[in-house]
Amino acid sequence: MADQKTNKEQRYDRQLRLWGDHGQEALENAHTCLLNATATGTEILKNLILPGIGAFTIVDGHRVTGEDVGNKVLWVFMVLYRPNRAQAATEFLQELNSDVSGNFVEESPDKLLDNDPEFFHRFSLVIGVQLPESTCLRLGSVLWSAGVPFLVCRTYGLVGYMRLVVKEHTVVESHPDNALEDLRLDQPFTELKNHISTYDLDSMEKKDHSHTPWIVVVAKYLENWCNEHDLQVPKNYKEKEAFRQLIREGIRKNESGAPEEEENFDEAIKNVNTALNPTKISSAVDDIFNSEQCENITSQTAAFWLMARGVRDFVQNEGNGSLPVRGTIPDMIADSDKFISLQNVYREKALQDAAVVAKHIQSHLQAVGKPPESISEQDVKLFCKNAAFLRVVRCRSLAEEYSVDSFHKDTITSCMDSPDSEMVLYLMLRAVDRFYQQHSRYPGVYNYQVEEDISTLKLCVNSLLQEYSLNVNVKDDYVHEFCRYGAAEPHTVASFLGGAAAQEAIKLITHQFVPFNNTFIYNAMAQTSTTFQL
Amino acid sequence: MPELISLSLSLSLSLSLSIHSMLVDGGTTSDWQGRWDHVKKFLERAGPFTHPDFEPNTESLQFLLDTCKILVVGAGGLGCELLKDLALSGFRHIHVVDMDTIDVSNLNRQFLFRPQDVGRPKAEVAADFINRRVPGCRTCSLFASGDRLIFFFSLNTEFHIIVCGLDSVIARRWINGMLLSLLVYEDGVLNTSSIIPLIDGGTEGFKGNARVILPGMTACIDCTLELYPPQINFPMCTIASMPRLPEHCIEYVRILQWPKDKPFGDGVGLDGDDPKHIQWVFQRSLERAAQFNITGVTYRLTQGVVKRIIPAVASTNAVIAVLYICADSAYGTLNNYLVFNDVDGLYTYTFEAEKKENCSACSQVPQDMHFSPSATLQEVLNYLTDSTSLQMKSPDITTTLDGRNKTLYLQTIASIEERTRPNLGRTLKELGLVDGQELAVADVTTPQTVLFKLSFTS
Repeated sequence: MADQKTNKEQRYDRQLRLWGDHGQEALENAHTCLLNATATGTEILKNLILPGIGAFTIVDGHRVTGEDVGNKVLWVFMVLYRPNRAQAATEFLQELNSDVSGNFVEESPDKLLDNDPEFFHRFSLVIGVQLPESTCLRLGSVLWSAGVPFLVCRTYGLVGYMRLVVKEHTVVESHPDNALEDLRLDQPFTELKNHISTYDLDSMEKKDHSHTPWIVVVAKYLENWCNEHDLQVPKNYKEKEAFRQLIREGIRKNESGAPEEEENFDEAIKNVNTALNPTKISSAVDDIFNSEQCENITSQTAAFWLMARGVRDFVQNEGNGSLPVRGTIPDMIADSDKFISLQNVYREKALQDAAVVAKHIQSHLQAVGKPPESISEQDVKLFCKNAAFLRVVRCRSLAEEYSVDSFHKDTITSCMDSPDSEMVLYLMLRAVDRFYQQHSRYPGVYNYQVEEDISTLKLCVNSLLQEYSLNVNVKDDYVHEFCRYGAAEPHTVASFLGGAAAQEAIKLITHQFVPFNNTFIYNAMAQTSTTFQL
Repeated sequence: MPELISLSLSLSLSLSLSIHSMLVDGGTTSDWQGRWDHVKKFLERAGPFTHPDFEPNTESLQFLLDTCKILVVGAGGLGCELLKDLALSGFRHIHVVDMDTIDVSNLNRQFLFRPQDVGRPKAEVAADFINRRVPGCRTCSLFASGDRLIFFFSLNTEFHIIVCGLDSVIARRWINGMLLSLLVYEDGVLNTSSIIPLIDGGTEGFKGNARVILPGMTACIDCTLELYPPQINFPMCTIASMPRLPEHCIEYVRILQWPKDKPFGDGVGLDGDDPKHIQWVFQRSLERAAQFNITGVTYRLTQGVVKRIIPAVASTNAVIAVLYICADSAYGTLNNYLVFNDVDGLYTYTFEAEKKENCSACSQVPQDMHFSPSATLQEVLNYLTDSTSLQMKSPDITTTLDGRNKTLYLQTIASIEERTRPNLGRTLKELGLVDGQELAVADVTTPQTVLFKLSFTS
């Protein structure tokens, strides 16, 4: 058992450094369903199986064709002949990671929706690949009611398409790329003020002076500044420049009057700009606090909202309008003692604040009759540490996207102001779906069909635009191009989506990093991509 | 840049077409009914967005597929994806090179390898897998580095295109330099048929990039060296006497304590892949951290710092590999640097990296260097290693004095290093160098010597 654990830790080492052990646990407890083991489908699963997803189930009613073998990773056909795609794919993919459990259902998605729609309720995530529009909408509706996230993926010629359908997805650890530090220099808390007051820069020995953390330096000079400027922090460029100059003048001088090398003071000057940013709560976090779920706590309320409410209560009381202190500081030139003691001031304050938040949460838990262990201390600490970066993603349903009454006319129209925007590719996908509805096939699959289908497809485009009263121009070139594609699924585009979709799936399962909202289009001709909210 | 497009097309049009196509019927038994249907649609059908020079056909493809040779450098995260994508897109003559063997931690993304392959050379296992599973594909492998690799390159220069999935900037620069050395100039004009296109890129966590390099014509690796910032090394005084972070404690053990304690014997270097070594470093790092009240030293962090581990997942590698393949297609060439990031949603962005006029690798002109005659050779050495646009590792400097070759400083051979070390403390004037002096610098980052022209400042 211990061996197995270390082996897993070794095997997954490179990804554990991204989403941690708790993220990995979430992944290993997940069970995803894939509809249609096409090139795209198997590539997506491959990228979920390699990192160790708990289980997968393939639903596919197709038989294997020669075409299937050409463009994907199902080389096992050459070795073990299996007539149905679901089984063949499952066996091949299973090879990639023996920790993962694979299942298949040899059945078309439509049949399954007819006979047993609740089949889909058991999954953490359903991924639908190359689904006809009607199946997609039916499935979308079932999953929306059941609260199961649905990721629609499609490779159509040189176009890749993804649509995320999830009512509400909360993210505590969004891991933002460029997070500002939480130093509270504009409104130092008592313990920080006390700590700063233990320093007397002027009377220090040179060695101590040069190894005082820049945070302390800035805080000290800020105190003086505020005393002379009506308690106002430097705000504009002119004031900040003057402030920087003050610090510059504080650099110790040698006997000949030239400034010594004091890297910590250089750091202080460099960081003035960001260090003086007013501590405030972002609008994204404000929106979370103002959400209905945060306001009305019931016994059904999810942990995320309970904790958000706890933080909100803190902000409105003990926090005086600010979030709990994050508790981390960046590395900076300083001797070990000074750095560690400063770091501890922030750390301890963070712990204190988190404890207060926890108390608020406990009182809500009690009020709705839930046991105190429902939310662990660890979860509260993690939540508080990430309080400034909380995110909630809400996607519209497919029904809303497709309904004439609620579709996003403005988004579509304004994007189409540039007629070559990826939006035209979206409209073309909708048009080929229409073609399929009417003719039970996609345009241009066989060479002899290409020419004729162009005019038929154009009719579909026009009827689509008319039905939605869209006054936009779809260039003939795109109609031609989509006939040319013949609903091909080239391996390259399938593989791109395989990577992109798998990563979005991992985000949904681990609740880390932020998923897209809600339509992603990859244009493999021009190597561009865009995300729309439809 | 119309010539650029037509050049790259004439070089790789068939190549690019074949990316979306395959042998229709070479009479080989490895093609069955419908195998390449998906792909024929792009080869045999005209379309409104393809490049004006593209003509749907089947013959040139056949010819090119029989002779088109592609080199994949690196069989790791990107390499595995690239091999799969190339093989499934129809490439049949592939060479793959890698100097590493398979490690357990590769298995989360390098899917051509299985647990029982751990310890075997990556290139060999990868090639085996592809050849066994993709009928008709002939992938050759080379498990090599250093001299063997250089020898391989000297024999094999007829590649039509080279794709790199490397994890080292030095290796990239080396390949870059090698391709530049193959360029033929006639009367100062570049003979375009001597160009071998290079597609390069990399991934790190959820970020990645892919770029097209036409040596001699577009920005090369060295033109954009600033995009690869030098590795962060903590200052020695921090490590030695003022640690603040757990990383500082680990570096202390790695750099200072290990050579002193020699825990596994004289001359036994720290091997990041040996769990016993890492365990030893971990324990000592904990002790060091305890002395300074620093928390946060873990086994995972220790390993990460010692091996300079970069986090990696299958999904990012899958995406970037495709961007490589699509970088040069019937629709045009990527111009010329694409970045991808899926931390928050998904984001792609393309820009044109510019060729640097005075690039030390590709500009063909001696590099300018400005120093006072009273500057020491050490200062020149520091400039070569510290400048972000040069980032040399251990340069050897020679020049011509009185018509004879003179080695000013050479660090790669111990006896010569000792002999020339005193020169470091001498001024340029004392060494006999004059204004306009040409210095030839050799370094591991470039297969060719770089010429510098010394201009004296007053």
